[in-house]
This record gives sequence, structure tokens and C-alpha cells, in this order.
Amino acid sequence: MSTVQTLSVLVQDKPGVLARIAGLFARRDFNIESLAVGPTERPGYSRITLVAVVDSPLQAEQLVKQLNKLIEVIKVTQMEKGLSVRRELVLIKVRADSATRGEILQIAEMFRGRVVDVAPAALTIEATGGYGKLRALRDMLEPYGIRELVQSGSVALGRGSRSITDRTKSDKAPPAAG
Amino acid sequence: MASSENRFIATMTGARALVETLERLGVEVAFGLPGGAILPLFDPLFDSSIRHILCRHEQGAAHAAEGYATATGRVGVCIATSGPGATNLVTGLADAYMDSVPIVAITGQVSSAAIGTDAFQEADIRGITFPITKHSFLVKEAAAIPQAVAEAFHIAATGRPGPVLVDVAKDALNASIAFDWPVAVELPGYRPTVAPHYRQVKQAANLIAQAARPVVLAGGGVVKADAADALRALVDQTGLPVVTTLMARGALPDSHRLNFGMPGMHGAVAAVGALQRCDLMITVGARFDDRVTGQLSSFAPAAKVIHCDIDPAEISKNRLADLPVVGDAGLFLEALGQRLAEVELPDWQPWLDYLDGLRRKYPTWDGGDDDAAVIQPQAVIRRLSELAGPEAVFVTGVGQHQMWAAHFVALEKPRHWLTSGGAGTMGYCVPAAMGAKVGRPEALVWGIDGDGCFQMTNQELATCALNGIPVKIAVINNQALGMVRQWQTLFYGQRYSNTDLHTDRVPDFVKLAEALGCVGLRATRPDQVDAVIAQAMAVEDRPVVVEFVVPKDAMVWPMVAAGASNDDIKIARDLAPIWEEDDL
Repeated sequence: MSTVQTLSVLVQDKPGVLARIAGLFARRDFNIESLAVGPTERPGYSRITLVAVVDSPLQAEQLVKQLNKLIEVIKVTQMEKGLSVRRELVLIKVRADSATRGEILQIAEMFRGRVVDVAPAALTIEATGGYGKLRALRDMLEPYGIRELVQSGSVALGRGSRSITDRTKSDKAPPAAG
Repeated sequence: MASSENRFIATMTGARALVETLERLGVEVAFGLPGGAILPLFDPLFDSSIRHILCRHEQGAAHAAEGYATATGRVGVCIATSGPGATNLVTGLADAYMDSVPIVAITGQVSSAAIGTDAFQEADIRGITFPITKHSFLVKEAAAIPQAVAEAFHIAATGRPGPVLVDVAKDALNASIAFDWPVAVELPGYRPTVAPHYRQVKQAANLIAQAARPVVLAGGGVVKADAADALRALVDQTGLPVVTTLMARGALPDSHRLNFGMPGMHGAVAAVGALQRCDLMITVGARFDDRVTGQLSSFAPAAKVIHCDIDPAEISKNRLADLPVVGDAGLFLEALGQRLAEVELPDWQPWLDYLDGLRRKYPTWDGGDDDAAVIQPQAVIRRLSELAGPEAVFVTGVGQHQMWAAHFVALEKPRHWLTSGGAGTMGYCVPAAMGAKVGRPEALVWGIDGDGCFQMTNQELATCALNGIPVKIAVINNQALGMVRQWQTLFYGQRYSNTDLHTDRVPDFVKLAEALGCVGLRATRPDQVDAVIAQAMAVEDRPVVVEFVVPKDAMVWPMVAAGASNDDIKIARDLAPIWEEDDL
């Protein structure tokens, strides 16, 4: 049975590291559903949040092990549902005229979305949340006519006070502080 | 690496710094071919203590580096220029990746300003080789050269060994830097687990103490970890039977009574039977390749699996491990031996008797001697091994001759068997033999090659002839791509599409050998075999090529058809062994 796995991957910020990870997925026949990469609190390190579809727990284990083999990968953490906070960002440009604008604004408000651009015939709404919430927002706006939609990959952090760099579960030790 | 008192600082070009780094890392030999982008490196290399062997093709340089590495246990080095020079290394890198061979490839790259512009002889060799290297570097600044090269050697040689590529832009080679040695290796994401966990070792010992039919599956990792002595000691201490994969041939002497041979698609019946019937498989440095397991779902159905590997990703990749052990093969085998010394072991005699029975009843067929007019390939390989003796290093190509060599070369020591296992690279033999001979000049190095393989890389014999590298190559000439032909015989209704090489007509291997500066010899009848081998052995100043003309219909047996269960092994066409499990 296939399941969705969210992985947080701490990497050295070196040229080619993203190509290595994307290439690994292609070569080992893993499926990436979304990928988000950005800087971290520590200069020289990036954090990649990967959402992957895996066929079995064994395949998920292989995925983590193969990622760990990459020299520039410092740490791979599986982000368990309930033990992590996950967010995506969506920008939706929806058709809106004087008749529908009020309703659309109400929908946006229900989803704690914000209007980031207004034109005579359209509104652009920004919203963040988990996959389900953003899907619901999209469904609500669909009848008005979605002109354009762009969505980021998921980013995730573990709940609680710990950081990805304090855990030394894998064979890869965290980088020295500082 | 030098201690801090030996710190050395000097201003020099990036190219000179690269050579200096190689020298300080202890590199004695490199195999390569120059070209535009790497030219700055070849200038200081001219004055270096490093012996650079000018190859005829970069693929040859890469396989030579592999041969050197496998024969010596040190890191092999190959050098190529940008673009096609670098892409010619690809096959060798892929081969080294599949068989975990520690090599460092240094390639020239176009100047950093030209990267990405489709410049002359530009190829993104780092991108091309991402999937077939353990790691790679693109160096665009001279100052980064020493550290990248030092890290490349560290990564290649430690953990699970493998190929590492260092691609250096031409302007980085030309720029001046303050060379400051030693350099620190800074790889926070690379800390291979070497010492196996004591709890796992203890559990492994307990499983062994409870097993009725245990077997050790030794893989290439045992050789890579220089753990053959540890394996021998464990086996002698405990009486555990062993099978050695293609890559582990020589990890336990063939003459050892507990070595039941090579398992797999063309494995010995006793070895295949040992895996299929065992209740505990102690797997060390092997990766359950499909050529070993056959159909995975029916592989070793009753076995609990202990799997020790230094690469955690190999554990439970193909076969679920009941007890995973991450660590060095030698340290694991030693720790296991210590632990087992405190444990009472069961009587495995009935199991050993069963395996001995299989070995006696189903010896691997050696071609027989029913036709005295033709040379049987199995017989000639066996004879070659007998006459060369246990100190000789054997190198093979890929195909039928390789499988026959795996069965009929008697190996007593590790690192005396070089073959292309995982990748199955035709053309490996000649250049790898060259690399082995360069690394171990005192050793007798015999290549056993096929007529198909030999035609892929024989130009390196010119390199051997000119550089005083007297390898000996036996070409087992069956006039065909023999293994492919065997599959056509068995599975494609004897329709021999494009497997006949007509090597009975072209080329003339004796003349070809002579043209390449070698001694060329030929045997066409069994009564000539000993004489040509003796003639070949007498030549010390030049490479020798000996062609053995054999029939094209000889087949490799035993065989498990691709995708079939190991239980369906055939010892000859339509002839299956009788397992007699009641004896167990």
C-alpha cells in the first residue's frame, strides 16, 4: 500500500546537491510529490522538505538510507504526522467582478487567506496551510473560475523544542556548532 | 597524511598543487591520456615522482585504475581531459561503482568562464556521472584543489569504497595559489559506521548457536575489507560452511574443505543448494544481486538472514535481514569469532555431509575429454590455473570464459581474482590486467578473455608493450559472443541473431598481438595447450597473447534461467540435480 512520507533533509549548501537528490529519486524509482528547499538558521546549510510516495515501509527505509549515502546530506528525518507542523503556500488568481467579489472575500477570510492583488476582473488570494485545507479552499473557489494557481512544496518542522541538528539517530553526526 | 610539524607552504599553480597533493597522498602511479583542458596538469606531472602511464583510450585508463586498486588494495588513479576524454571514463566509473572499487578520476574541464556555454570539448561530466560515482567535485578555484583531491581519496578508500571524480576547470589549474599542506578533510555528512554494534554481534552468535543448517555467504566486501584472514579464522574455529560470490572468489581458499564454491546463476550445485536449504545465512559484504538470488521470492526460503555490510543501504534492500549489522566485515567476523568461542555450537555434521554429497555428486562439468580433436574451454582454463599456480593473479572479461574461469581457476588468496561483476563490463580484462601488473610487478598476471571482449580494449596491449608491463592474455576464441549465443540456444530457438563474430577469419589474433608489440601464440588442438602455456610463461620482456581456439557450442553449466528459482538449477541442458532432502 502506498503512503506519503514527509522527509526533512539537512544538507550542505553546495552546488549540485539538489541535482544529486533529484537524480537519486529518478534513478531509484522513487516518486517525489513535492520538494521545497531553502536556507536554515545555520549559514552553509540548506534544508529540503521532501514529500514522497512510497510503496512500503521498506521502500521508505531505502529512501532514507540512500539519501544518507549522499556525502552532502547531513541528516534525514522522517516527519511523522502529528509530531510535525507542515505548511504549503498557495497563490490563487480567481475571476471576480462586483457581483462575486464579496463572496470570494468571505471564502478567503474563512480560510485565513489574504488578498494580495486586486484587478477589475480578478483577485489574487494568498493562503497557507496543510494540503487538505488548501485543497478545500481551491474547491470553494473553483466555481468562480480559477485563472491561475501556484503552490509551493510542503515545508515541515518537528514539534517541540528540539532541532533536527540535536538528534543523532542516524550514523551521521550533526555538524559542530558554530 | 603529514603531521602538523611537516606543514609545507609554497606558491605554485593549481596544476602543480594537484600533482603535489597526489604525491603527498602517496600516489605512485596514474593511468591517463592528455588533452586541451587537462594539459596544464601534464606539465608538472612530467617532473613528478608519479609514474604516469599513457593509455590508448580513457576507458582503458579507468579499468587500469580499477585493476591496480583491486590487486593492491590502494586507490587507483586515472586522468582524462574534458568532453570526450571524460565521457570515455564513464564505463570504467560505472564498473567501479557497481563493484565498489576505490578509484579517483581526475578530469580537465573547460575554463570556468566557459562552463555552460557549450564550449569546445565541454561536457558536464559531474552531472553525467552523478549516478555512477560515490561522490564528485567540480573545482573552479585553484585554492580548492588540494582539499577536493584529499577528500576524494578519503571518500574513495573508506566506508564502502567507490569511484570519486574530481573535475577541474582549466583556469583553476593555471592560477597561482599558496599551497598549504596538510589540508583538513571536512565532510560532516560522511561518517561511515565501521565498528559493528556488540549487541548485534551477540545476537548473531545466538542465532548461529541455534542453527541446524547455517552457511556463510561471503561477498566482495570480505575482499575489500581485507577480511579473508578473519573469515578463515572464523571458519576454522566454528566449522561453518562458506559460499563465495563471484566478487569474493579467493576470500576463502578453494582448497578449504568448507568452501562450497560460487552460488548464483552459474553457481556450483553445492553452493546453490547450501543457500536454498540453509536455515541461517550469515551474509558478509554481499548484496543479494539478482545473479545470486535468482527469483527473489523463492530464494533461500527457510533462511533467517544475518546481513553485515558497511553500507546500511544494502541491508534489507533486496532480501529482508532478520538481523542487520552495519560495520566492517573484518571487525564483524573477528567479533563474531570471539563471541562464538564462548558458546556451545550444535553438531552440523549432517548438514556438512549433505553439502559434501552435493559437491561429490554434482561437480561442475569441466567439458570432459570426449573429443580429443578440439580444445574444451573449461579444460584449457583449468590447465592454465594449474600451470600458473596459486600465486598468479587472474583477470577476466565478461561472459562464458568468465564463468568458466570462476569455476576452474583454483584461487587460494584474496586479490588474486579481478573480474567485472555487477556491471558485467566486456572489455575489462586487458586494461585491468595492465593495472594489476603495474601494481604488482612481481606477480604473474594472466588475463582470461573472450574473443568478443578482447576486441573492445586490446589496444591497451600497445600501452603494455611500450611501458614494460608484461601481462599474459589468454583469448578463449569461440568465434562468437558466447554467453549471448548460449541464451539464443536455450531461449531463442537457436536463432543466432548477431552473435557470430567470425573470429575464425578476422582478426588474426596472433598477427594482431604481434602488431601491438606482443608475442602472439595459438593453440587449436588439446595436445598444443601445455606447450603454448609454457611458451607464454617463458616470455618475460613483453606481453603475450595466447589464442585458444575452442568450439562455439560449449555452454556454461550449471545454469539457473533468468528470473527462475534457484531450485530449478540445471547441471546440463534439461538435467536437474536431485536434492535428496530426506538426507537432511
